[in-house]
Amino acid sequence: MPGTYLPESYLPIFIFIIIATLFGLGALLIGEIVRLRRPYHEKLMPYESGIDPVGEPRVRFSIRFYVIAMLFVVFDVEAIFLYPWAVVFDKIGLYAFVEMVIFIIILFVGYIYAWKKDAFQWE
Amino acid sequence: MSILEAIFQPGWVDTALKVGIIVVKILVLIAVVMFHVAYATYFERKVIGRMQVRMGPMEVGPHGLLQPIADMLKLFFKEDIIPEKADKPIFYIAPIISLASAMSALAVIPFYKDFMVANINIGLLFVLAMSSLASYGIVLSGWASNSKYAFLGGLRSSAQVISYEIALGLSLVGVMMMSGSLNLNEIVKAQAAYPTGFYAIPQILGFFVFVVAAIAETNRAPFDLPEAESELVAGYFVEYSGMRFALFYAAEYIGMILMGCIASACYLGGWTVPWYLIKILPFLKYVPGIVWFVGKVYFIVFCYYWIRATLPRYRYDQLMSIGWKLLIPLALLNILITGILKVIF
Repeated sequence: MPGTYLPESYLPIFIFIIIATLFGLGALLIGEIVRLRRPYHEKLMPYESGIDPVGEPRVRFSIRFYVIAMLFVVFDVEAIFLYPWAVVFDKIGLYAFVEMVIFIIILFVGYIYAWKKDAFQWE
Repeated sequence: MSILEAIFQPGWVDTALKVGIIVVKILVLIAVVMFHVAYATYFERKVIGRMQVRMGPMEVGPHGLLQPIADMLKLFFKEDIIPEKADKPIFYIAPIISLASAMSALAVIPFYKDFMVANINIGLLFVLAMSSLASYGIVLSGWASNSKYAFLGGLRSSAQVISYEIALGLSLVGVMMMSGSLNLNEIVKAQAAYPTGFYAIPQILGFFVFVVAAIAETNRAPFDLPEAESELVAGYFVEYSGMRFALFYAAEYIGMILMGCIASACYLGGWTVPWYLIKILPFLKYVPGIVWFVGKVYFIVFCYYWIRATLPRYRYDQLMSIGWKLLIPLALLNILITGILKVIF
C-alpha cells in the first residue's frame, strides 16, 4: 500500500516481543494444566512471617522516592541527549565537544545543588 | 477482503518466507538462551559451593548435572498461589513484562559476525529501553501483590534500577564516542580495528562503572537489596509461587546474561580476538567467533558469582550513595576524558 512506511529492520523486534510474551504465557499455561490448586483462606493471606497481616499493605512511603524519580527523568534525558552527540563525535569535532562540555557543566551545577540539598542523602 | 488483499499482495510468498526465517531464528535463540539460563543457575550453585568449600548440587545426575531440569519440573508442578486481595490482572502480567522485556533485548546482540536477529542502528539504545521496561514488571508486581514486603521491595527495587540506569547509560557513551555507532555489530568491528583489540583498556573507567551498574541493574549481590531475605524476605516477588516465580527468576538470569553480552560486545571485543594474540598463537584464529563471545559472557557471569560470594550486602543508603555520588560523576568524567583524548589524537 502506498504511504505506509514499514520500518523493515524493526520487524524482527516486533516478532521477538510477541514470541517472548507467548513464551511466558505458554509456560504459565502448561503449568496451569499440570499443577494442582487447593486454595484456602489462610494460604491466600499476604505473607507476613506467619502472623495475621496488620493494617494496610500499601503504606505511606518516603518522599525520597519521588525526588529520585524526578532526578532520574532529568539525568536520563541528559544521557539520551548525549547519545546522538557521541555517535557523530568524529564528524563534529572540537566545536561540538566544547559545547557539550558547557552543557555538562550546566547540568553538573544542578547536580551539585541537588547534592547540597541532600537529595541523595538517605536517613 | 481488504485485509486478505493486504496480506496476499504480490510477493507475499517472499514476505512469508522472510517472516518464517525470523521466527525460526528467534525460536532457536530463545531455546539456546533458556538452556543457558537453566545451566547458569547450576553454574552459580557450583561456583558458590566451591568458594564456600562445599560440593554444590550433587544428587540429581552425575555431579548434579540434571539439577536444573529437576528444578524446572518441580516449578511446573508447584501450586500457583494468588493472594485473595491481589490486584489480579496486574499480578498476572507483571512477570510476563519482566520476562518479555529482558528477552526481547537479546534481539540486537551480535553473537558472532553479522548474526543478530534484528540489525537496527540503535541497538544499544534499544537494550537500555528494554531494561527500563523491566522496572515496570518490578513495580507492578510489588504493587499488585498487596503485601507490605512486596510493596516495599518493589519500591526499593524500582528506585535502585532507575538510579543505576543513568550510570549504565552514561558509561556506554564512551564506547559510542570511540566506535561512532549504536549498533553492537559495528561496535565490535570498530574494536577489532582498534590497537588494543578491545575497549576495556582505554575505557577502563567506563568499564568499571558499567560492571557495577550492571550488577545493581540486575538486582544481584551485593546490590540485591530488594530481595534482602533477612529484612524483606524476598522483596517484590514474595507472593509469587510456582511458574510465576520461575518467570521472574528466568528474567533475572536472562538480564544477567544480557549484561554479560553487552559487556562482551562493548568492552571485551565480542566475537573477535585481539590481532596480537593471533600473531603469538596463530591457531586461535580457527576458534569460531561464537566460542569467544560465549566465553567472554561466561567470564562476566562468573565474575557476578565471584562478587556475590565475596562481598557482603550494602545498606540501602550506601547503595544510593554509590549510584548517585560515585558512579554518575565517574561516568561523566569518563566521557570528558574520552572526548579530550579523541580531540587531541
